[in-house]
Amino acid sequence: MKEKIVKFISDNLINLDDEIEIKDDDNIFEKGFVNSLFSMKLLNYIETEFNMEVDDDDMEISNFSSVNRIEALIKKKTEVLSD
Amino acid sequence: MSEVIQDFLESAKEFANTKIRPFAAEFEEKQQFPAQLIKEMGKAKFLGATFPEKYNGMNLDPYNYGLLTEIIGKADCTARSLLTVHTSLVGSAILRWGNEAQKNKWLPDMAEGNIITAFALTEPNVGTDASSIQTSYEEKENAVIINGSKKWITFSGVADYLLVIATNGKKVNAYMVDTKTPGVTIKPIKGLMAAKASYISEIEFTNVEVPKENRIGVDGGGFAYIVSTALDHGRYSIAWGGLAIAQEALEAMVNYSRERKQFGKKIYTFQLIQEMIANAVANIHSTRAFLEKVASLRQQNHQDSVNETIIAKYLTSKIAMQISTDAVQVHGGNGFYNKYPVERLFREAKVLEVIEGTSQVLQNIISLYGLKKYYKINC
Repeated sequence: MKEKIVKFISDNLINLDDEIEIKDDDNIFEKGFVNSLFSMKLLNYIETEFNMEVDDDDMEISNFSSVNRIEALIKKKTEVLSD
Repeated sequence: MSEVIQDFLESAKEFANTKIRPFAAEFEEKQQFPAQLIKEMGKAKFLGATFPEKYNGMNLDPYNYGLLTEIIGKADCTARSLLTVHTSLVGSAILRWGNEAQKNKWLPDMAEGNIITAFALTEPNVGTDASSIQTSYEEKENAVIINGSKKWITFSGVADYLLVIATNGKKVNAYMVDTKTPGVTIKPIKGLMAAKASYISEIEFTNVEVPKENRIGVDGGGFAYIVSTALDHGRYSIAWGGLAIAQEALEAMVNYSRERKQFGKKIYTFQLIQEMIANAVANIHSTRAFLEKVASLRQQNHQDSVNETIIAKYLTSKIAMQISTDAVQVHGGNGFYNKYPVERLFREAKVLEVIEGTSQVLQNIISLYGLKKYYKINC
């Protein structure tokens, strides 16, 4: 799951530096890795790729701010679904 | 395509050909799009075309909504722009981010044309740099107080509700604002080159009190979610609107060139005229195929759909401009005369290269997309 998330972020980076490294806890918004379209694209990606719906309560930007936080959100939602 | 959808699109063509196209020049001349016609568009289910049936909509998929947009847009850009702002920009934002109570409150009436909505993002000093908006909201118990101004807001002159994007300095939110609320002043903008019947206006908000429950989406999600979603749908609508202008202009130049005689011959027999027609046909056919692909990506919610929609909007606005320019050229002196629709199409095409992202800002996004997508593919 983490690899998919990193790949998605990497595909949407606005920085073309080959050396750039996305660490699991990097705040991708604060680091300026992505543009204004990213949040919506990420949400669409998560909902389609992981077949889940993100509720309003989970829509806080902070839930999407790093690889670890995105992974935690997906795990939380998919666990709820499988319960 | 189901028989129901086929019949719906056929009825849309009939509607466009009898109730819209013959009056397009008159709408522009009077700078008015008749309220009765808006109601009829609602009754015909155009205004809620993408909404689910439970909200009085037609539940059209992206491709069929594109076809509807083209049908309406070929007849008249003002009618198409109503679909763009009311159905695509505001409707899609509420549909995607509104709660059930909000959807029930607004969508059925929007679908019926009982209420008209407009999308209030752009400001006198803020256009492309939309994240720098200055219109403010301040929280006050169960309401927010909105102050500031918006400009170039299509259909705001007759809108019942505006989806207003405002900031408190830290967060950006989107609020549905009833235009009858005290403190809302709407001033029509005259002297426009095109979109003259689209009720484009400037709006002042002076201590406008809006119930907190009118906020669409999560607190702070106004830009990241609402604006992004609305503009994405808006660009998709404009993409088909561009194809509509291009197609209408092509048909006009084909018909004119087959009737008009110079030097004793129909002008289509001249090869330089044929070149313009050939280019238009090739551009329209290839762009139409691309739009069909984009519709399919949007239907799948594909991760590339946002960027591919941007490409579609960029491309169709370009070909609309080129083909309407050529259509004027083929018409010669008559192309400058407002008794010929190409004169209007030429002016309306230019608008599409500016709204919902200028061609230049879209090129920035497209080049970045390409620089990522095609890097080290075969290495």
